[in-house]
Amino acid sequence: MRTPFNHLAAPMHFYRWGARLVPWLGACTVVLLALGWWGGLVLAPPDYQQGDGFRIIYVHVPSAWMSLFVYVVMAGAGAVALIWRVKLAEVLMAASAPLGAWFTFLALATGSIWGKPMWGTYWVWDARLTSELILLFLYLGVIALLAANEDRRRASRAAAVLALVGVVNVPIIHFSVQWWSTLHQGPSVGSFGAPSIHSSMLVPLLVSALAFKCYYLTVLIMRARCEIVERERNSAWVREMLPR
Amino acid sequence: MRPAPARSAFLGMLRRDLLIAWRSPVEVLHPLVFFVIVVTLFRLGSGPGQHALAALGPGVLWMAALLATLLGLDALFRSDFEDGSLEQILASPAPLPLLVAAKVLAHWLVAGLPLLILSPLLAIALGLPDAALPVLLLSLALGSPVLSLVGAIGVALTVGLRRGGTLVALLVLPLYIPVLVFGTQAVTAAGAGLPPTGALYMLSALLVLAAVLSPPAAAAALRISLD
Repeated sequence: MRTPFNHLAAPMHFYRWGARLVPWLGACTVVLLALGWWGGLVLAPPDYQQGDGFRIIYVHVPSAWMSLFVYVVMAGAGAVALIWRVKLAEVLMAASAPLGAWFTFLALATGSIWGKPMWGTYWVWDARLTSELILLFLYLGVIALLAANEDRRRASRAAAVLALVGVVNVPIIHFSVQWWSTLHQGPSVGSFGAPSIHSSMLVPLLVSALAFKCYYLTVLIMRARCEIVERERNSAWVREMLPR
Repeated sequence: MRPAPARSAFLGMLRRDLLIAWRSPVEVLHPLVFFVIVVTLFRLGSGPGQHALAALGPGVLWMAALLATLLGLDALFRSDFEDGSLEQILASPAPLPLLVAAKVLAHWLVAGLPLLILSPLLAIALGLPDAALPVLLLSLALGSPVLSLVGAIGVALTVGLRRGGTLVALLVLPLYIPVLVFGTQAVTAAGAGLPPTGALYMLSALLVLAAVLSPPAAAAALRISLD
């Protein structure tokens, strides 16, 4: 069965239309990031309790959202790769793993930088923090498995199984850690609570989140194109393209 | 050739693996001795006082059981992979998840059950309250099969690789967290005179989930590893 999707998903064609997409997505990233951070760092008023310290959320919250989003994308691509054996899905999964790990790391790092002045400590064993840390471990597992196997197709299929197992486990882990910490200590993060965040702070946050998504897409396509060339280095179209 | 009925394939695989373990009993002892040594070292590492250990005891026992299971996991597919019988198993007409389940069950009977039998002794040595002992046994009986089942996926993913050992730990340990949390929770609660039922129900749920989902996942992982 040949559909337009099959055609676009062939590595050779993805390599070409990806190249056309990257500058546009890159431009979107820059513009959205400039808007979001201008709104967040300059226009938004200081928080009445945290002062200017709260402004780290314009990096922290989008990274934390992305850390989960990328894991789901990775597992979804892994499922597609296992079920339909789509080469592009394997590549996208492999290219997502390090990006997601960095988003997770960024969320943890900015969180602990914020935590020192606000909570008086860099780290607490709170349910949310701990599950984010475990998410980082899961990413590192996928990356390690990808790196351990010399056959890249086999490596990404194995990593896809692991990512899917992880997706089943992430809610269980989150729940179990919540159970663990609520029995040991009271919840220490209410921070800026669920009810409301003023729109002058919220709008820049959403714009920054969108910018992070664009950044992810841009770098994902760049990494995937690189990965495709490395994987397909023996195929005719790559040989033709590359200088000898 | 007529495809083997599922039940006899399952039992045949179980019998074969138990027989192999029976004929090399020393290897069976490795995780057990490891279990005892880890607990001993933990006791020595926590200083001569008694007070701190009472709180840590359930965690120490569960951690030691978890590490001992992890250590024993490598034996699950490694020797079969090295002598080529794993490929024969993959070529068998019987459903692969069923054969994997049989292997995991045999592995648990050989490596997990002795830990269970040994654990009350160590619990007494660590000074756990008597009320916690039945709950410790029950929680290990529910939790350690989950460790074997989930570990089987990790081992299956790395079986073809030259340096699988530390990688398996990296892949599998984060997935063990719920078992560790609920296991220690049950024992701690029982020791404090609280009802451990909630955590035990959660462990049962994890066992059911792992028993259903892990064999197909491990089978798929084996097919990829030996592709």
